[in-house]
Amino acid sequence: MTMKMERKLIQGDFIPRADDELIVCRCEEITQGEIRKAVYDGMFTMNEVKRYLRAGMGLCQGQTCSRLVQNIIARELGLAPGEVEISTSRSPARPIQMKQMAKDGVKK
Amino acid sequence: MQKKEVIIVGGGVIGCAIAYYLARLNVKALVIESEEIGHGGSSRNGGGVRQSARDPRELPLAMHAIRYIWPDLSDELGVDVEYCQEGNLRLAKTEEHIKILERVIAQGISLGLDLRLIDQQEVREICPYVSDEVIAASYCPTDGHGNPMVTTLAYYKRAREMGAEFITGEMVQSILIRKGKVGGIKTNLGTYESDQVILAAGYESRAIANTVGIDIPMQRTLVEALVTDQQPYMFPQMIGTAASDFYGHQTKHGSFVFGGMTGMEPYGSEVDNPITRSITAPSICRAILGYFPAIGQANIVRTWSGWLDVCADHVPILSKVDELPGLTLACAFSGHGYGIAPAVGQSIAELVINGNPTLSLDAFRYDRFQPKS
Ligand SMILES: Cc1cc2nc3c(=O)[nH]c(=O)nc-3n(C[C@H](O)[C@H](O)[C@H](O)COP(=O)(O)OP(=O)(O)OC[C@H]3O[C@@H](n4cnc5c(N)ncnc54)[C@H](O)[C@@H]3O)c2cc1C
Repeated sequence: MTMKMERKLIQGDFIPRADDELIVCRCEEITQGEIRKAVYDGMFTMNEVKRYLRAGMGLCQGQTCSRLVQNIIARELGLAPGEVEISTSRSPARPIQMKQMAKDGVKK
Repeated sequence: MQKKEVIIVGGGVIGCAIAYYLARLNVKALVIESEEIGHGGSSRNGGGVRQSARDPRELPLAMHAIRYIWPDLSDELGVDVEYCQEGNLRLAKTEEHIKILERVIAQGISLGLDLRLIDQQEVREICPYVSDEVIAASYCPTDGHGNPMVTTLAYYKRAREMGAEFITGEMVQSILIRKGKVGGIKTNLGTYESDQVILAAGYESRAIANTVGIDIPMQRTLVEALVTDQQPYMFPQMIGTAASDFYGHQTKHGSFVFGGMTGMEPYGSEVDNPITRSITAPSICRAILGYFPAIGQANIVRTWSGWLDVCADHVPILSKVDELPGLTLACAFSGHGYGIAPAVGQSIAELVINGNPTLSLDAFRYDRFQPKS
């Protein structure tokens, strides 16, 4: 089970940072500012940020940006990075063409 | 601890939508979710917002949601839920398939739905990518699709902004009774007091209701889905088949989301975690390629699975419980709860607050099940 979290509103307005334009998820071109704003909007876990913004949902499935997204969420919530659970990895490990996948398990 | 006005168990699209519509009625609910927001079927589904082939009891909810709520939902919640209303095509390859469609169409028409059988040529005009094997389809122009993950989180975000409370990572174990009425709930971490408890925890609602002697005839089935990489724009319709071998659509992002059944699902559901099985994605791919050969070059980037809370008669339970005042059930959506979620959220909020929802929920009572003899 995941850690208990109360989803209280973050006090005050959202405060942009100078480096918010930085692209964190390259596949889906999601910036640090968008991730910070998502946390402000209540997305407190990696899966929620991913489902809300598509960060980590692209071709590489978060292999590049997972740790960066984890760090940003942790920083915004005042947690240690390890306290923010990494999103679930799922099959396939690499993208595979549908017509290739369709051949699997067919009796010759 | 301060008594809560209403406690909602489960932070899926149903729980979050109820919290939002309660907030609009100035009632600030507490939602308790054992995992994270949208952990269940709500983030794992095909996104279909469909009236065609709905059970006649459920159709009024779907029609209401599509007519009055879905079109403005993104503006209302302040988040793009990617609602796209470009119709549903249910494809047929054989005369048998056409017979299946004809039955569904006759039923839909009798209930006032714009649904018709179209021939091969018209299917091609609407969606030029279908294979030569497709000989007909049913077409419902007012059906469509949305992004279920974002819809769930958008309801959550807006409800939270309007004062609803959310706690995640805490598991509800039982319902507390005080003087013959609901008194609150017990979790793995403590207790919460309230006169009103709504169970919107999918299949797990059954075990929680069992703690006060109420049973819900539902089973859970594990079903799978997959998503491709971003593809050039092809078609906006929601696609299904008379053979029910796959369904899906192209998302606003460009990726295709497809789901499908191998027929083996009932025998692969005895697992604790929603796993994917090696037979399923290939089976879904073969089904799709038989209808849309051009999609074969798309890459699958991810597969997943999710639980269906399947009711004995395949429509949900949306009902107060007579034996225990204060307990309301909103579960057993049987694999089609996303499209109707806005109407369900609104109706349950009204049911709980004034006992008199705008849309009748009489067909969804918990005590409708009778033994054979
Ligand atoms: C692969 C797939 C495809 C589908 N396709 C479609 C479609 O195209 N169109 C459509 O309309 N519907 C579709 N559905 C069905 C749809 O996803 C569900 O009907 C809908 O999401 C139900 O929402 P819910 O909030 O009731 O359930 P869920 O999203 O499952 O939410 C229940 C929540 O309760 C939480 N919970 C469980 N136990 C406890 C506890 N003890 N304490 C606290 N919290 C608890 C869970 O973690 C979960 O987050 C599909 C489903 C699947 C799996």
